[in-house]
Amino acid sequence: MTDVTFRIRRQDPRSKKDPEPRWDEFLVPYGENLTVLDGLFHIQERLDGSLSFRYCCRASVCGSCAMYINGAYRLACQTNIRHLETMLVTVAPMPHLPLVKDLVCDMEGFFAKYEYIRPWLIRHSAPPEKEIPQSPQERKKLDMPIDCILCGACYSSCPSVWGEENYLGPAALLKAFRFEVDSRDEAARERLPLWANERGVYRCHTIMNCVEACPKELNPTEGIQWLKKAALRRRLLRRAK
Amino acid sequence: MIHHDLIVVGGGLSGLRAAIEAKQAGIDVAILSQVHPGRSHSGAAQGGINAALANDPAGADDTWEKHAFDTVKGGDYLGDQDAVIKMTRDAPGIIYEMDHWGCPFSRYEDGRIAQRPFGGAGFPRTCYGADKTGHYLLHTLVEQAYKLKIKLYVEQYVASLIPHEGACQGVVAYDLVRGGFEAFTAGAVVIATGGAGRIYSNSTNAIINTGGGMALAYQAGVPLKDMEFIQFHPTGLFTTNILMTEAARGEGGYLVNGLGERFMERYAPKSMELAPRDITARSIQTEINEGRGVNGQPYVYLDLRHLGAEKILERLPGIRDLAIHFEGVDPIEAPIPIVPSQHYTMGGIDTDANGATPMPGLYAAGECACVSVHGANRLGGNSLLETIVIGRLAGAEVARYLKANSHKGPDARAVYAAVEAMEKAVNSLAAGSGTEDAYALRAEMTVVMKEHFGIFRDEPTMKAGYEKLTSIKERLGKIGLRWTGSVFNLDMIRTVELEGMLDVALAVAAGAVARAESRGSHYRTDFAVRDDVNWLKHTLAYFRPGEIGPRLKSKPVTLGPFEPQERKY
Repeated sequence: MTDVTFRIRRQDPRSKKDPEPRWDEFLVPYGENLTVLDGLFHIQERLDGSLSFRYCCRASVCGSCAMYINGAYRLACQTNIRHLETMLVTVAPMPHLPLVKDLVCDMEGFFAKYEYIRPWLIRHSAPPEKEIPQSPQERKKLDMPIDCILCGACYSSCPSVWGEENYLGPAALLKAFRFEVDSRDEAARERLPLWANERGVYRCHTIMNCVEACPKELNPTEGIQWLKKAALRRRLLRRAK
Repeated sequence: MIHHDLIVVGGGLSGLRAAIEAKQAGIDVAILSQVHPGRSHSGAAQGGINAALANDPAGADDTWEKHAFDTVKGGDYLGDQDAVIKMTRDAPGIIYEMDHWGCPFSRYEDGRIAQRPFGGAGFPRTCYGADKTGHYLLHTLVEQAYKLKIKLYVEQYVASLIPHEGACQGVVAYDLVRGGFEAFTAGAVVIATGGAGRIYSNSTNAIINTGGGMALAYQAGVPLKDMEFIQFHPTGLFTTNILMTEAARGEGGYLVNGLGERFMERYAPKSMELAPRDITARSIQTEINEGRGVNGQPYVYLDLRHLGAEKILERLPGIRDLAIHFEGVDPIEAPIPIVPSQHYTMGGIDTDANGATPMPGLYAAGECACVSVHGANRLGGNSLLETIVIGRLAGAEVARYLKANSHKGPDARAVYAAVEAMEKAVNSLAAGSGTEDAYALRAEMTVVMKEHFGIFRDEPTMKAGYEKLTSIKERLGKIGLRWTGSVFNLDMIRTVELEGMLDVALAVAAGAVARAESRGSHYRTDFAVRDDVNWLKHTLAYFRPGEIGPRLKSKPVTLGPFEPQERKY
């Protein structure tokens, strides 16, 4: 147990000299608690200062370092080499997203779709003096979607996103679900037309790659299915919610 | 050159809340952030946010006055009482506001916001959402920022301020994605960049918490206040220092040493595990230093097993995941190895209770600022509170300032000079000899801070540490860049930020050497008691260009209804 081989996909698309992709290999000393993120820092600090990747919390809550590691979507910080059960670590940026450089994807489209579905609580009644009452049972419905860290793994993994660039994708729809299912939300038609269409929930073919990709073990498909039922309820049965 | 009335540097809770307040007051505001705001370190906060809602029967007679007293006492009387009163009085209102904006707080059966006990109060005052309160609050404010269409410039590393005739007229930032430096001019700037935990090798903080905003203000002539007060959180994971929330003890978790003893009985018999953080961290470190760690190792256990799987899964699911992923321990089945870990900078940019610094047009809020509401030791649950309350006040104050000073435009020469200075600095680093390794110097500095300015301090140890920091600063002139590409150049950012980190570290060190007493988190074995006669005052550290460390001054503490008394828990 001496060195781990990091095989990293490198590309600087804006470089005039060398815009083509390549694979670089680096040796990183093994340690019992070595994570992929630790390995990337080791490389950036000691072996190749030009390596680019995103990082922030190193505790799997900020969503910065989602990557494609040994054939699976993972957070680099949360991935202990021990758990990969191999000394060859292959690291690539999340596929199917535009590339900024090396392991850094362009997330602008991802956040544009997030913004599009109006990801905020919509209320019409005047706010009460204190909190808006919400029972623990109502609050429990939020447990799954509010843990989303917007890392983009689900979005990158979804074949429906690959095939239709205007599809909102699992993360934005999970966010829509998070608000539509909130007992405090009073949106009637403000959000519904944005997600109940062929670029929204009906583009989901329940392939469930998102469920497998999610490093927080969330279930965007479940949220999307809930939205499909809600759309029926609200459009055909003319229910308010 | 890009112009907005107001530039907010930092997209965490303070920055977002300041921007929201300014936007609602009709100000053209933009946020510049090194990461997308939703990735800010505010989101890593776990346990909760304090407010005297009195929702829990055990805290039914809670009042903001009691909250204020606990905060002042917890801070060992160094907090400015006018500011503490402002913060605690505003607390319930901002909790309700966050609820109205959709923050998913945990609930009682009757639908009201749930509260849990935290250190320094002894009954439930801390509002929470499971053990992911920061994540929920942060995403709620990000959502509001999108709703209000606040302009976000993400992945901008702010490298310097644009000063002109003593006022702040904007910032110079490196755009990671597009590459290159750009001037952002503004009538005023709010710095909200969080803490400086990463000047220590054993920090719970995110990797981006390098004290960058503190260094910006400090190097521009604004003093840093009370920097010697560094909070060590009692419970960081042993191998990674990743935070295990105080809520783990609030929900009933035990601290246990290698002999199986709940040792807090010796140090805080009344409060036990819920003594304030400074006392609890010192107690753990004493156990370790005296050889009562677990299996002869330098850690003790945080034991949650008696809480049962159901409670852990409902109230503490986040730290359970972290313990499994990062320590290989499932708290349902085994106790968690923990050590005290650097967690929070009580000190920061000198501001008043509205976030105004001594420099016109420059404001600061949140952990990078020192109002001071936390005094010498922050209570758990008061940091999230400060970010939102003071962020809001700063946003309102800066809006007033801008409306009163709207005729002043940016000075083109000052803008040009600031950008040029930054490009020159990077070019000179690129041409640097590189005989010193910036990353080795950074690592060396962080270990010096841990070992010489840690939980227990004394003069010889600290002076030796100061000498080492001096040597590191001298060697800083010999570092160089390894890569000069324009896009997402981490090497450039991490090399450039090192000087600021070191200046902040020197401010911590100088303040700690000077303060010849023990107060809150600053504990000196050679001056073991608090000295109100000589040291009931704030430390101010002024940057001295061309010198190693700061010039120190002091200013009085604003006292109020709470007379200083001995702290007993």
